[in-house]
Amino acid sequence: MSEAENTTRRDFLLRGAKAAAAIAAAGFAARTFRDPAGPPAVSRSEPLVGLPDFSIPEQAGKLAIATGANRVRTLRAAMDALGGMGKFVERGDRVILKINAGFSTPPILSATTHPDLVSEVVRLCLAAGASAVMVMDNPVNDPVSSFELSGIAGAARAAGAAVILPQANLFRPVTLPGGEFIREWPFFSLPLEGATKLIGLAPVKSHNRAGASMILKNWYGLLGGRRNVFHQDINGIVKELAQLVKPTLVILDGTTAMMTNGPTGGSLSDLKPTNTMIAGTDPVAADAFGATLLDMSADDLPYIAKAAAAGAGTANYELLNPIRIEA
Amino acid sequence: MKIVFIRRISQLFFLVLFLGFCVVSTLGTEWWQLRGWPVNWFLELDPLVAIGTLLTTQTLYAGLIWALATVVLTILFGRFFCGWVCPFGTLHQAIGYFWRRTTNFSQRIELNRHRPAQTLKYYVLIFLLSAAAGTTIARLTATVRGQPLIPALIVAACFIMAGLLAVLKVIPKVEKVGATLLALVAAWTGFALFLPVEHLLASSLQSGLLDPIPLLHRSVNLALLPLVDKATQAASLAARHYEQAWLIGTVFLAALFLNLVIPRFYCRFICPLGALLGVLSRYALWRVGKTKADCSMCMRCETDCEGACEPSGQIRSPECVLCMNCLRTCEDDVISYRAARSAAGEHASPDLTRRGFIVSIVSGLVTVPILRLSDALGLNWNPRLIRPPGALAEGDFLNRCIKCGQCMRICPTNIIQPAGPELGVEALWTPTLNFRIGTSGCQTNCVACGNICPTAAIRPITLDEKAGQNAFAARGPIRLGTAFVDQGRCLPWAMGTPCIVCQENCPVSPKAIYIREVFEPVRDLLPPVASADELSLDFGQPLFKPGRYSTGDFYCRAGAGEPRRIVDNTASGITIGSTRPWDAPPKPGQPAEILIRLQRPCVDPALCIGCGICEHECPVTGLRAIRVTAENESRSMKRTITP
Repeated sequence: MSEAENTTRRDFLLRGAKAAAAIAAAGFAARTFRDPAGPPAVSRSEPLVGLPDFSIPEQAGKLAIATGANRVRTLRAAMDALGGMGKFVERGDRVILKINAGFSTPPILSATTHPDLVSEVVRLCLAAGASAVMVMDNPVNDPVSSFELSGIAGAARAAGAAVILPQANLFRPVTLPGGEFIREWPFFSLPLEGATKLIGLAPVKSHNRAGASMILKNWYGLLGGRRNVFHQDINGIVKELAQLVKPTLVILDGTTAMMTNGPTGGSLSDLKPTNTMIAGTDPVAADAFGATLLDMSADDLPYIAKAAAAGAGTANYELLNPIRIEA
Repeated sequence: MKIVFIRRISQLFFLVLFLGFCVVSTLGTEWWQLRGWPVNWFLELDPLVAIGTLLTTQTLYAGLIWALATVVLTILFGRFFCGWVCPFGTLHQAIGYFWRRTTNFSQRIELNRHRPAQTLKYYVLIFLLSAAAGTTIARLTATVRGQPLIPALIVAACFIMAGLLAVLKVIPKVEKVGATLLALVAAWTGFALFLPVEHLLASSLQSGLLDPIPLLHRSVNLALLPLVDKATQAASLAARHYEQAWLIGTVFLAALFLNLVIPRFYCRFICPLGALLGVLSRYALWRVGKTKADCSMCMRCETDCEGACEPSGQIRSPECVLCMNCLRTCEDDVISYRAARSAAGEHASPDLTRRGFIVSIVSGLVTVPILRLSDALGLNWNPRLIRPPGALAEGDFLNRCIKCGQCMRICPTNIIQPAGPELGVEALWTPTLNFRIGTSGCQTNCVACGNICPTAAIRPITLDEKAGQNAFAARGPIRLGTAFVDQGRCLPWAMGTPCIVCQENCPVSPKAIYIREVFEPVRDLLPPVASADELSLDFGQPLFKPGRYSTGDFYCRAGAGEPRRIVDNTASGITIGSTRPWDAPPKPGQPAEILIRLQRPCVDPALCIGCGICEHECPVTGLRAIRVTAENESRSMKRTITP
C-alpha cells in the first residue's frame, strides 16, 4: 500500500469517526429535546399561595383610640394602652411597615402616611429590639418621587429604617385560596417572605371609588400588575386583601382626615382635623371606627361587612372594648 | 443514466411535491385539499427551523424531528439538500439555466467563480442563531447559579477531552481549542455568578425571514397561489387577499431575479440554511474533488458550477451543492464524487474572519434585548396585533414563529394575515387577524391554524379547548381579544338608525353583545295635533314623506299611555297599529312625538371571545363601528381588562 493511499485511508477513517460523532451528537440532542406534545397553554412559574401570617394570636382583638392633635403623643399613648410596642415586636424581629406612599405629594396634603408617624413607629420598633425595620409600598405615582416627596423616605432613613422600593424582581404571583380576584396575581411579596412582623400604617382618607381608604384599602399597595382592573369590584378586592394580609399590628392615623376628593385630595380645603390615633390588631375594627371620622359608618363601606363576614375582623368595634385615652 | 439527469429528476420531483403541498393546504372536502397530506414536510426537513426553535425553546416540536434526517445525510454526503431537494434552489437553478443557455464558456466561468462575499451567508446564519440563543444562554447561566459545581465539572471534562484529543492527534491545535473552551466556560460562569443575564437576554426566532423553505412557503402561499386562486377560483371560493403580499412578493421576485446577475445568487450569498448545511458537511464521507492534482485546467468544470466552489483548484467544500455538473463537463475526467479528498487539496471550512464571527454573534445577541427596550412585550404591547386562537404568549410565540404563512394559507376565512412592520419589527409577517379582509371572523368550530403550525407557535388546540367546554369548561373559551363599540360611529348609538347586525351575528351563547332598548324622538319637530281618531293622528300640514315612518321601528307618543307603533304615514299624519288603539284619541292642540325604537349594542367583556365576526359584519364598512383589539386575550393574564 502506498504512502498516499495510507494517508487517504487514515483521513477517511478520521473523518468517518468525526462524522459518526456528529451524527451521534445530533441524534442524542434530537432525542433529548424532542417534544411531541408541544407547549402547554400557559407557561407559569410556581405560584406562591397566600402570604405569611404575621398576626400574634394572644394579641387578637385589641384596639386603642387616642385623641389629641399631636400624632407622636397620641401614638405613644395608644401603644402604651396596648401594653407597649414590646408586645408586638421582639428582639431580632425584621419588621415591615406597609405605609401609604401612594402619591408624590407633600405631607401637608395628607394623601400619604405622615413622616412623623413613620419615624416614631420605626423608633418604637427599634427600641423594642427589632433587628431591621423596612418601609415599603407600591405607589400609584412614580415610586421614587412618591417616597421622597411624601417625606416618608427621609423620615424612615433618619430613624434607621430601610426603604424598599417596588423593584420588578420583588414581585411574585400570589393566590388567595378560594379567592375570586387574587389568583396568581403579582404581589410585592418578596420582602414579606423575609420579614417576621408586619405593621400597617395608613392615613384616614375618603376614596371616591371605595368610599374610604384606611387600613384595608392600603393593602392595595401590595398589588402589582394592572391592579386597577379591580376597581370594577373594589369591595370584592378589598375583602380579599383583608383575608390575605394578616398583620401584626395596624395604626390608623386620623389626626387629619381627608374628607373629600380622595384618595389624592390636593387642597387643604379637603382636610379636616379629626385628632384621633387608632392602634390595634383588628384591621376591620380599626377601619370601622375610622369611618366615623369621615362622618360615615361601617355600613357605608360595604367592604367592612364583607371582610368581617370572611373572618378578617370585627365590624362592631365596640365589642372589642376599645381603650380610649386623651393625649 | 447520467447523475446530472437523476439530480434534475430529483429537483423536479421535490419542486412539484412542494407546490403540491402548498396547493393542498386548503380546507375542503376534495382529495386534493387537506386530507392529512404532510404539508409541513419541507419545513420539518429544514434543520434551520429545528435548530432555531431548539435554541429558543430548548425543545424539538413533533415533526421537526425530520430535520435529523437532513442533518445525518448532510454529515455523510454534503449539501445534497441544496442541490437535489430544496425547491427554492431548484427555482434559482432553473432560472439561471434557462437565462444562460447561450452565454459563452468564458462568461459562465466568470459568473461561477468563487467570490469572497459568499462568506456573507455564514455571518447571516450566525446572526440569526445568536438572536435565537438568548433564552438558552440565560437558562445555562441560571443552571450555574443553582449548581456552581457544573462549570468546574465542565472545565475538568474539557481538560480530559483536550488531553484525549491531543493523544489521539485528532485536533492539530489542542492549546487553541482548549483555551477557547476555557474562555467560554469562564465567561459563562462569570456571567452566571456576577451578572444576572437572564433578565437581560432574550431570544427571537427571526431565521424565517431568510430561511429558504419558510420564505418559499410564504411567497407561494401569500403571493403566488392567491394569484392562481384569483384567476381560476379553483383553490378557494373567494379570491384570497394578503396585506403584505406586495412586500413578500417583492422579496421573492428580487431573490429570483438576482439569478440574472449571478447564478444562484441567493444560495451563494444569503441563504442561512445553505450556510448551516455547509458547516455540517465538513466531515462528509464522500465529496466532490479531483482524482489528480494536475489537469489541463480547461476550467470547463466551472462553467456550470452551481455552488461557485472552485472545483478546478482547491475545492471549497462547504460551498459545493453537489450539482455534479463538474463531473459531466470535465474534459479530462479527473473530477469525481468519492471518499478521498480532492487531490488538488480543498478548503474544508468557510473563510470566516474572527472579527466577522464576533461581530455577528455580538450583534445577534444584542439586537433582541435592544428591540425589547420598546417594551412591546410589556406595557407598550400593541393591541392591534391579534393572534390566532391557541397562539402562545407573545414572547413564546416569537420564539417559535417562522413566518411560513401556513396558518394564513389554511385559514378558511382568510382573516389570518402577515403582520406589517407597523405591528413591530419582530412581528413582521407573523400571523395577525384582520377582520375586514376575508369572508367572516374566526370560526368557532375551526382549529385549522394551530393544527397546521409546524412549530406550535400556535398550539394544536381542540374544538373543546377553543370553546371552553367539557374538560376545558373551568378555563372557559379561548379569547382572542375583545370587541369595543365605537359609539361615535355605531348607527343606533350615533345616527338614530336601527341596525344590531353585530348582536345578531355574535356566535357566543349567551350572546356577548346585548342590547339596550331606547325610544328616542326623531329629528323632525312636530306641530300640535290637528285632529285624531282611534288609530290615527293628523298634524294638518304636509310634514314628511309618505311611508317614511312605516318601517315598524317608529312609535308615536301622544297624551298619556305607552308609545304606539306607527304602521303607516301620509304627508301630514300617522296611523298606529290596530291591535293597540290610543287609550283616548289625542285632542287637537295636544303635543305629540314620533319616536324611533333603537337597539343599541353593548359588549359584555366577560363573554366576548374576540372572534371578530361582529367587526366583519358591521355595515359601517370603513372604520368599523365595532372593532376587536387584543385586550383580554387569554394568552396573557397581563392584558386582562376584567378582574
